[in-house]
Amino acid sequence: MTSDVAAPRTPVPFPDRDVVVGLVVNPVAGLGGAAGLKGSDGEQVQREALARGATPRAGERAARAVRALLARRPGTRVVTVPGSMGELSARDAGAPCALVRPSPSSSADPGSAGATTARDTRQAVVALADVDLLLFAGGDGTARDVLDAVRELGDQAPPVLGIPAGVKVYSGCFAVSPAAAGFLAAGYASGLRHGPGTADAGTVEAEVVDLDEERYRQGLVSPRLYGSLRVPAARAALSGRKAGSSGVVPASVEGIAREVVARMRPGVRYVLGPGATTQAVGRELGLTTTLLGVDVVEADDGGVLVAGDVSEAELFALVTGREAVVVLSVIGGQGFVLGRGNQQVSPRVIDAVIGCGGATGRRLLVLATPQKLAALRGRPLLADSGDEDLDRKLSGHVQVITGYRESTIYQICTASEEFHG
Amino acid sequence: MNTAESFAELPVAPKPPLRRFHQARWDEPIIFELSAPGRRGLAVPEPGAPLVELPETVRRAEPPKLPEMSQLHVLRHYLRLSQENLGVDLNIDVGQGTCTMKYSPKVNDRFAAAIAELHPLQHEETVQGVLEIYWRLERMLAEISGMSRVSLQPGSGSAAIYANIAMIRAYHAANGEGHRDQVITTMFSHPSNAACAKTAGYEVITLMPDADGYPDIEALRAAVGPRTAALMITNPEDTGIFNPRIREFVELVHSVGGLACYDQANANGILGITRARDAGFDLCHFNLHKTFSTPHACGGPAAGACGVSAELEPFLPGPVVTFDGAAYGMETPPHSIGKVRPFLGVTPNIVRAYAWIMAMGAEGLRQVAETAVLNNNYLMHKILQIPGASAPWDKRRVEQVRYSWQELSEETGVHSEEIGVRAADFGVHYWTSHHPYLVPEPFTLEPTESYSKEDLDEYAAILAHVASEARTDPEFVKGAPYNQSVHKIDTTSLDDPKAWAPTWRAYVRKHLS
Repeated sequence: MTSDVAAPRTPVPFPDRDVVVGLVVNPVAGLGGAAGLKGSDGEQVQREALARGATPRAGERAARAVRALLARRPGTRVVTVPGSMGELSARDAGAPCALVRPSPSSSADPGSAGATTARDTRQAVVALADVDLLLFAGGDGTARDVLDAVRELGDQAPPVLGIPAGVKVYSGCFAVSPAAAGFLAAGYASGLRHGPGTADAGTVEAEVVDLDEERYRQGLVSPRLYGSLRVPAARAALSGRKAGSSGVVPASVEGIAREVVARMRPGVRYVLGPGATTQAVGRELGLTTTLLGVDVVEADDGGVLVAGDVSEAELFALVTGREAVVVLSVIGGQGFVLGRGNQQVSPRVIDAVIGCGGATGRRLLVLATPQKLAALRGRPLLADSGDEDLDRKLSGHVQVITGYRESTIYQICTASEEFHG
Repeated sequence: MNTAESFAELPVAPKPPLRRFHQARWDEPIIFELSAPGRRGLAVPEPGAPLVELPETVRRAEPPKLPEMSQLHVLRHYLRLSQENLGVDLNIDVGQGTCTMKYSPKVNDRFAAAIAELHPLQHEETVQGVLEIYWRLERMLAEISGMSRVSLQPGSGSAAIYANIAMIRAYHAANGEGHRDQVITTMFSHPSNAACAKTAGYEVITLMPDADGYPDIEALRAAVGPRTAALMITNPEDTGIFNPRIREFVELVHSVGGLACYDQANANGILGITRARDAGFDLCHFNLHKTFSTPHACGGPAAGACGVSAELEPFLPGPVVTFDGAAYGMETPPHSIGKVRPFLGVTPNIVRAYAWIMAMGAEGLRQVAETAVLNNNYLMHKILQIPGASAPWDKRRVEQVRYSWQELSEETGVHSEEIGVRAADFGVHYWTSHHPYLVPEPFTLEPTESYSKEDLDEYAAILAHVASEARTDPEFVKGAPYNQSVHKIDTTSLDDPKAWAPTWRAYVRKHLS
């Protein structure tokens, strides 16, 4: 086990520069699920889960992903870290893998499930920074740890793809199943071999969200948007195409941004909520706005950033006594419009915006691609501003901008009704 | 003697339950690649008459770069291509849902050939017969739809939808209501409605289905207003579900001054049963190559028809055929939107549709709808017995169903597209759905009236077999097709305009030079 361990942050140990896929497993991910604990964050919960008879399954799910990868693309090189954080899964899948050791200071014994921590995940990701694609097995908490490491790496970070193994997998950076993760990785790897821009080599940004598990155990669903990770672009259509329809997503985000800017009027303040869709609106105005923060812009003189990444109090001051419009996007898969990742847009901020006149529908612009709405499978959009009266006031049908001069009318309701009803 | 093994006594073994199909694979080049300089089909003798001197401006400097081939090579080339194909004359073509693939009687091609010698610029007096066919077909379609007049000029279904939105725009402009700039459609209506409205300059509002699979009427209530120009809607939608509140939809749009336009591209399930005008619609359109059985050749020649109420007659595309009781003529309506294609229409298909309706008669048309609906419900019964297949929304269906393999896919990792490709190994195929997929892992089947019970049984047996393969050996299904002309198609280039080459000349310019 020691002879083939390479030093961290060295180039990938394969001379022929074939595509290299990295693997990180959070062996305790998903532990709390079968035990009815709704999550696995924290050592205490993990111990409780084991006491209730839970067995670790993240390693086995990771092996399934690797098996699928090798089935679709035999001979793909896999690099991972020793023990249960990757090596065992790779060997289980029959992958000829090379190992890198995360960090000499790592105190955890990677061989025993239940002893690894968020820090181990982060260090493993950093050690595997040179791979072409990094597969990680875990849940939303793991995705957050990966996101932290990716931020630390900056431009050098590889694209990643989640193998769903957690109790809650709300983030958009996961494949729909372990096998799907393997197939997606194989498609991406083949695309890279044929040069960038061909086949499946493209990437897209996918959101990372997580829940406060303690609140979740009390029956309160409070997912938060933490950021986004670069993942391979999935190509769903293999054949059976009719009248050119590939469901390409990025273009429609640009179309939505163009529509919002076309609707902007001078002298009005526009509050851009967090998310990649609203960030595209800023880009369309020629401005650099934040992905996760709330920004205030005006369309005057071709686009002005009034204030970036504002707090609730700053935002309230900026919209009070002014004509303003709030622009929010939908959290994919969940349908949240208010109350997730955008708490700065508080009830009093919305009251101030609506209070300055005009129909509510013109004061609140909701943005979503048709694909995002389709993925809700008929479920309504959700508002959870923290003020149930306000949520009820916003309930009903809202216009959702889906593209340039394209929209739909979609139902929005209060989150409490949706989850209790 | 054991009767169960009696076939062993037969001189020829019976066929297995599933066809052992294998498609031809000729690896045939493009016809331009087969060209050899100087090769000819016919050696034409030198003409005795002097050459006609063409004016310099219309004379070619170089001869056209056509492939030079012998007759045998041309014949062989196209026969080979025809063998590397699936189509309604070759397979049980119920999988091309929404396309309404039905048998087009070959005798009608003989009638179409009879008018092939006509020239579109001939004087009206010399083409009274074909004008009479136009006139009579128009009156029949007006009767079938309940509309006042019908234009047969559009060259396709989408051209008919575009003609309809152009008439809607002209109507509002003529009434001083040019400010109406929104068109409402639904997610399960044909996407050409949204596309044509947008091409005509409208903002498009698309209604999503409600929990019952119907377009959300509360969303429509929120959508209509002074900016509403029209509702453009299909019914039954692509799900095969008929919207029983369609009259309320029309009335809501009328209440704000908008027009209602019915996409009847596919009217196969409602022929002789319900009519667009009876539900209050102001406009509608038909695809003659769907419901009225002119060949659906995937790219042409198609034909569309626009039906309008009396208020919209002045805006019809022109010319339209007139009849004064003695002679047929042509005229352009006073506020016509103009031509949507040259001349009167796609005449060979007008003749075929006329012949088909004449052969059917009124009772026959209704029987077409009833048989199509019966076939669809029989096939649905068979499909829903396949483990893993479902039809979202527990609703009766008219002439087609959008099914889902969601359960099978979640259990096996095999996607709907992959099951459709594997079905091609048995000589059939299916289409999934327009994007985005609202129904997960979709497939859309539409048996029409043309297929026998044995056909539908065979089709369902193929899908059942492939679904069971997905459970026992998902990788095998994902590797399909194995018995087809082409293995797998990489669709990436369809999203890359730099790779497109719609002609050989473009291919040479983009990829060979």
